[in-house]
Amino acid sequence: MIYMDNAATTRTSPTAMRVMMECMEQFWGNPSSLHTPGQKAAEVLEQARADVAAALHAQPREIIFTAGGTEADNQAIQSAARLGRKKRKTHLISTAIEHHAVLHTLKRLEQEGFEVTLLPVGEQGIVRVEDVAAAIREDTALVSVMFANNEIGTIQPIAEIGKLCREKKVPFHVDAVQAVGQLPIDVNAMCIDMLSLSGHKFHGPRGCGALYVRRTLPIQPYIEGGAQERGKRAGTENLPAIAGMAAALKESCANMEANSAKMSAMRDRLIDGIAQIPHSALNGARSPRLPGNVNFCFEGIEGESLLLLLDDKEIAASSGSACTSGSLDPSHVLLAIGRPHEVAHGSLRLTLGPETTEEQVDETIQAVKEVVEYLRGMSPVWKELQEGVRSYVIQ
Amino acid sequence: MLYSEKVMDHFRNPRNVGEIPDADGVGQVGNAKCGDIMRMTLKIDDGIISDVKFTTFGCGSAIATSSMATELIKGKPLSQALELTNQAVVEALDGLPAYKLHCSVLAEEAVKAAIKDYYDRNGIAYDPDLFRDCGDCEGCMS
Repeated sequence: MIYMDNAATTRTSPTAMRVMMECMEQFWGNPSSLHTPGQKAAEVLEQARADVAAALHAQPREIIFTAGGTEADNQAIQSAARLGRKKRKTHLISTAIEHHAVLHTLKRLEQEGFEVTLLPVGEQGIVRVEDVAAAIREDTALVSVMFANNEIGTIQPIAEIGKLCREKKVPFHVDAVQAVGQLPIDVNAMCIDMLSLSGHKFHGPRGCGALYVRRTLPIQPYIEGGAQERGKRAGTENLPAIAGMAAALKESCANMEANSAKMSAMRDRLIDGIAQIPHSALNGARSPRLPGNVNFCFEGIEGESLLLLLDDKEIAASSGSACTSGSLDPSHVLLAIGRPHEVAHGSLRLTLGPETTEEQVDETIQAVKEVVEYLRGMSPVWKELQEGVRSYVIQ
Repeated sequence: MLYSEKVMDHFRNPRNVGEIPDADGVGQVGNAKCGDIMRMTLKIDDGIISDVKFTTFGCGSAIATSSMATELIKGKPLSQALELTNQAVVEALDGLPAYKLHCSVLAEEAVKAAIKDYYDRNGIAYDPDLFRDCGDCEGCMS
């Protein structure tokens, strides 16, 4: 199997697995307990916190462990909104291409009376700093922009937006789930006030994530019930997962430069190969883009069929078609970059990992070419396009 | 698995793919915006569907339901083909996930649209209530 779905989840690193086993065997105490087994566990917890903090250039006490990126996004946004409301600030700014963890949370807050501005990202899939500046108002309680998009991999101008928010004194949250472990992040240099990350996106375990919160920014708990995490996140810490995540992050950061160079080269080879297919187009800017992200639209076919046939050829991929989402609408990200519905249905996302080889890339290009050609051969839409009854959207 | 083995079989090895030249009846339903379009062409001899071919733009279940629908009507008299229901297609495929049921409705409509076209071309009278319109699919409403 050629695994090309690293944006969905990554293979757990052997280092992380070893650390998790060790943790379960030796450090099974409750970190809140005062006895020796508890205190040994507490030491492991604090070391993990220090490791995660170091990866972001943050301080250990600025890290809150959560049960994943979704929880971290929920906590950051809900806390900023509630604290903002106390100061009569009820306006929230984000972008049209955020993950649903952000968008659905904002939707809920909108129903509770907050005003939400979702900024456009244009064809390139990158938000403009000027648009953020123009959207900020006296009553803006939060700006939340993702570091890199999970579907099309486009990297957002985080440092520039951070600087702007700092000047305007508006809290700035970054959903960095896709970026952590792949791109250098410095929360101080980038003026980031809150940042969400998820362990299983960088070869750590799932069900574990973290929220960075600048020490000067107040944060409310999202889950109540105990004094863990300095009272900011109740519940006995999932220590094996936390330790495994920290080990995976340390490893990813140590190999970041080498992996990034290798993956970018594989990504470019894959993009160039697939771009040879007629009436296909890369979704989102080619640069700046996550080193492992490739996302294409193909005219005349539908994405789920494409995925199933690729799976038969032992290639694991993903799509933004409606049929793969369980809803009737295709990906909000593809619609936001201006792809019409009929083309957005025919999308394919391939996300590479550090272990992806040139042979795998070439095999994938060949398989995608074959499957697209086969499906077009049985598509009435493709026939109409070729006969000129219908016009091509992608030239 | 998302799909039954039967669905996967009809998806991987679709029956009756293609287009009949000089077809006696042609039906095309669905729209690209919803993500599904099916086209059926029929050859009719003495009121019997002697041949049927389809092309489909759509997901795995859209291809599988079209394929199964062609198998269910091939060689059958028109009167029998008109009794085809989306439930019959679903049952023949050993079921579909709930949110894919609209694909089976589309398959039924494609067959009926092709028969209606045959009736219209030949001036054969029919009860218009026999032919459902895909307008009730919420996917096309937006």
